[in-house]
Amino acid sequence: MTDDSPILDIREVSLSFRGVRALNRVGFSVGTGALFSIIGPNGAGKTSMLNCISGRYSPSEGQIIFEGKDITRLKTNSRAHIGIGRTFQNLALFNHMSVLDNIMVGRHHLLRNNFLTGAIYWFGGAQREEVSHRREVEQIIDFLEISHIRKAVAGTLPYGPRKRVELARAVALKPKLILLDEPMAGMNLEEKEDMARFIIDLNEEWGMTVVMIEHDIGVVMDISHKVVVLDFGKKIAEGSPLQVIDDPHVRKAYLGEDEEPLPPPAAAAKVASWQ
Amino acid sequence: MNDSLLLQLIVNGLILGTLYGVVAMCFTLIYKASQVVNFAQGEFLLIGAWVCWWVLTDLGLPFWLGFPVTLVFMMAFGIILQVVVLRPMIGEPIISVIMVTIGLSIFFQSTMKWIFGVIVQPFPPIFETQSVSILGLNVQPAYLMSLFVSLVIMGGFAVFFKYSKLGLAMRATAFNQQVAQSLGISVQKMFALSWAISAMVSALAGVVFGIVNGVSSALSLFGIKVFPAVILGGLDSIVGAIVGGLIIGLLENIAQYVDGEWLNIGNLYNIAPLYVLVIILMIRPYGLFGTEKIERL
Repeated sequence: MTDDSPILDIREVSLSFRGVRALNRVGFSVGTGALFSIIGPNGAGKTSMLNCISGRYSPSEGQIIFEGKDITRLKTNSRAHIGIGRTFQNLALFNHMSVLDNIMVGRHHLLRNNFLTGAIYWFGGAQREEVSHRREVEQIIDFLEISHIRKAVAGTLPYGPRKRVELARAVALKPKLILLDEPMAGMNLEEKEDMARFIIDLNEEWGMTVVMIEHDIGVVMDISHKVVVLDFGKKIAEGSPLQVIDDPHVRKAYLGEDEEPLPPPAAAAKVASWQ
Repeated sequence: MNDSLLLQLIVNGLILGTLYGVVAMCFTLIYKASQVVNFAQGEFLLIGAWVCWWVLTDLGLPFWLGFPVTLVFMMAFGIILQVVVLRPMIGEPIISVIMVTIGLSIFFQSTMKWIFGVIVQPFPPIFETQSVSILGLNVQPAYLMSLFVSLVIMGGFAVFFKYSKLGLAMRATAFNQQVAQSLGISVQKMFALSWAISAMVSALAGVVFGIVNGVSSALSLFGIKVFPAVILGGLDSIVGAIVGGLIIGLLENIAQYVDGEWLNIGNLYNIAPLYVLVIILMIRPYGLFGTEKIERL
């Protein structure tokens, strides 16, 4: 579970698009092995934060420290190599490729053999490599319960399975830190329960640190170790799910006023009948 | 009717068509990978042919050595062009990028004329015989080589994209650059690679064509001929490019036959592909195999 040394440390990160300040001096740290959630109303800057970590955006101020190294200006594609993987809010699978190929692209950076050594398949270790990669990929496929669709073309699948394939592709990178942008958006209850189970297993059994954005407060409260709340680009609360849900600023951001209570955690726990 | 002439023209059309297909494939490769409509594609042939000619005649290298030298040069040329000229254009409006490639096309044409002159220069003879007879048809050995080389390249492309790590990375980049990056693929390298491959393969086509017809600035017309082939096949389809190339090659030669036998207009074979371009844009703008873009408003 969570230990004290942070795998990811966000220090006073600001991000501006021309006049709009999407993030304003946001800072938090994610402990190694944590299951960490970022929540907040629409337009709060959650995805912008995730994009800063994954390198799509470059913060205008502040630093991002990953495993003790400053990665604020590191190239996007290099971040996959140091162990940061992600999924996207809107599905972004390679629609024309099979599920298996989609996942194999995730292994791409781990492949050592090239065009030439691959040509001497049996001697250059390419065969051994391919076998070991396939074994790992099969493990991921089994874990995410998508073995029945492994040969299917990704673009033909329904929404729920596609989300799983996308997760499988990110997991195939073997990241130390996996960023999930709304992994349960648009899912029905059953699919959400499955996804929540996968995320917990990823965190506990596969040892990945998870940073996730999710709108379903019930799920967030049930599975997260720690939550940070953003609103209008600012951090308004941080702490355990229980601390956060009682925070007056959070209630104000979500409900506009203080009177109406959020659903109590007990009610939300019904959602989590998977446990 | 003149059956043997028709047959001869059809064979020519098929051979020329595969060559068009190869160049169209290079055009599509650049478009798919980096979303640039490259109007300087014909100049890649021109530069490749001139460089190879220069290496063979002035430096006096034998063909088996001079040809790889040309390819290496073109690879470097493609990479440098992408890195120096087109990389700063990333994110600019598409029309600006098109203007840049049109500018490049004019610049390269003029530069080649300046360096090598405007006279058609024959390649030193590479094959012993001028033509071989197959089933009573005269086929130039260079054309046979062209057919063979084209088919090898097409097969090579298929294998490369399906089975190699780089090919997979390029397909991923073509589909979605952002996702490709999140999986550790360097999009910039893929752009440079696509330009390098495109320049190399186009140069190869230029050399083959130059061997048959001599090297001159007329080679850059190839770029214009290839455009109907690409549009016909669908701008973003590699298979479409090959089919489009074959159709345009055949059409050109059949147009020449029809023209010569009955119409006597002259030069119909030059115009016919452009008629096709106009018609296809009117009835099926995304081509035979291209992605149908449906925009919801």
